[in-house]
Amino acid sequence: MNIPRELKKINSTVWELPAKYKEGMRVPARIYGTEKLIANMDAGVFEQVSNVATLPGITKYALCMPDGHWGYGFPIGGVAAMDPDTGVISPGGIGFDINCGMRLVLTSLSLEEVRPHLRTLVDRLFARVPAGVGGTGFVKVSQSEFGDVVEQGAHWCVKKGFGWAEDLDRTEETGRFKGADFSKISERAVLRGFKQIGTLGSGNHYLEIQVAPKGSIFDERAAKIFGITIPDQVVIMFHCGSRGFGHQVATDYLQRFLRVMTPKYGIRMRDRELASAPFSSPEGQDYFAAMKCAVNMSFANRQVILHRIREVFSEVFHRDAHDLGLHQVYDVSHNTAKLEEHVVDGKLRKLLVHRKGATRAFGPLMEGLPDIYRQVGQPVIIGGSMETGSYLLAGVETGDQTFYSTAHGSGRTMSRKQAKKLFRGKDLQKQMESHGIYVRSTSYSGLAEEAGSAYKDIDEVIEAAHQAGISKPVVRLLPLGNVKG
Amino acid sequence: MPYEYLDDIAISDVAFHAWSDSLEGLFVDAADAVVNTMLEDLGTLRDVVHRPIRLEAESVEMLLFQFLQEFIFYKDAEQELLRPADVKISGKDKEYVLNCEARGEKMDPERHNLLVDVKAVTFHRFNVQPIPEGWEATVVLDT
Repeated sequence: MNIPRELKKINSTVWELPAKYKEGMRVPARIYGTEKLIANMDAGVFEQVSNVATLPGITKYALCMPDGHWGYGFPIGGVAAMDPDTGVISPGGIGFDINCGMRLVLTSLSLEEVRPHLRTLVDRLFARVPAGVGGTGFVKVSQSEFGDVVEQGAHWCVKKGFGWAEDLDRTEETGRFKGADFSKISERAVLRGFKQIGTLGSGNHYLEIQVAPKGSIFDERAAKIFGITIPDQVVIMFHCGSRGFGHQVATDYLQRFLRVMTPKYGIRMRDRELASAPFSSPEGQDYFAAMKCAVNMSFANRQVILHRIREVFSEVFHRDAHDLGLHQVYDVSHNTAKLEEHVVDGKLRKLLVHRKGATRAFGPLMEGLPDIYRQVGQPVIIGGSMETGSYLLAGVETGDQTFYSTAHGSGRTMSRKQAKKLFRGKDLQKQMESHGIYVRSTSYSGLAEEAGSAYKDIDEVIEAAHQAGISKPVVRLLPLGNVKG
Repeated sequence: MPYEYLDDIAISDVAFHAWSDSLEGLFVDAADAVVNTMLEDLGTLRDVVHRPIRLEAESVEMLLFQFLQEFIFYKDAEQELLRPADVKISGKDKEYVLNCEARGEKMDPERHNLLVDVKAVTFHRFNVQPIPEGWEATVVLDT
């Protein structure tokens, strides 16, 4: 048991470490989870979320979502809202894989129609969406053109023919954070990333063909609005980020912040991964503008991958992508900081919300939602492990308690090394095939690291988020075929 | 192979401990540990491309931090996996200089058993220190 004695139960799914738990905490830390999830949480989560509570300008609470686990700096699942005038921005509160996120795409096909073509689809997707270590994509741009990509995000892609206008409307912030400034980007970041548009990456990044089986719909109305309308409907979900470009932007600014944090701004941190600068400082503003470039690279990456998916399905079924109903449901970001308006203690305030391994989950009628989803709330796409399945959720009104944030996945419970000791990739692939799930991976050992048992129970995570009132389940999705990065 | 991967730090990432009787040796081990995270058998890398590396830093820690990033950089920018050779470190106090040649080749999935991508070197528990037998370091990689 790793639970600190000071942890106070607020209700069945909300737990609090008071501000006096650790010297320097400015606000209490709140961790979301059922009793079972909390009992099994890593010690690192309590340590890290209470460190986050020491950051200047933090408002209300340092938060950790129910899929939270030990990261570096912030826990994965960490959410922190800073006052933009008095607070800091922290690259460690966003993560190296800036705007790593999820996209969900519909088809008008049923399981019965897809089953005979499953292997062909997965094999072709595996060939057309490069995955694994390093990797280069099919979109060739010059270094200066890459500047347009990262300033315009998914808008650049749609202009170039890699997508439909409606995709933008169905992407968080329309697939472009405004204010991205390419002049704040290092040459190294460009060199690492400009050839990687349209690549999946590795680790927990994947592209999956899934089914919404009969009996797995929790909210008929929301499911219908999100486009899940036929029995055993097939959908496509994928998870990837800003690739080497985003990783380098984070690395560059982490180093720059470390140089100025204490000498120039007098800020001291318990963990160098929490390196911060005042949001209003030149360093803070430069990072914010550079981070937006990485956010946009990630949106562009997922937009181009969506284009590839439409091509592959069209080829295999000899039908047009529109005719196959390949509409995007939504695209959500995991690792970002954003200026948003939230009501705190009865007052509307502008806040810089850091989400690291957490998803924005706006409730119904909120500003920023596409019209089609206004009545039902924002779609939230939760990727589970390859073996266990995933969820589509919706944001709810009571999400204000977490600045409208919820979980992002099922959350690891086992290190990669431990998973490799316990599972063999080839065995796992065979076992999944016996359950009708066809997997292609660039790495068997990488596959072993992503075994279902290396993750928390996703149903328990969703239950915690639901009970706590930070999102509600709409549909549970089961894997059919997987391209693993 | 004087490095070992640790499984009790940062669950979603890869952590390792490296040690050597010299500072140069430690840098070589740590770079190999980074590349070994991405490639199962370092012995499958042929000596095809040579990339000179020259770095300056105000501390041994920052020097190692920057040094390890070079191997991540070439992995993305040139699709190359490299290993360090002829590492020379000079200097003291606030001025350290490293010179070496990184050698290896472009990744080839046919011959290289590639594992997981390394995104970044993190500062989480990042540590380099002298020990009675030489030098040691602890590094957490974001993967």
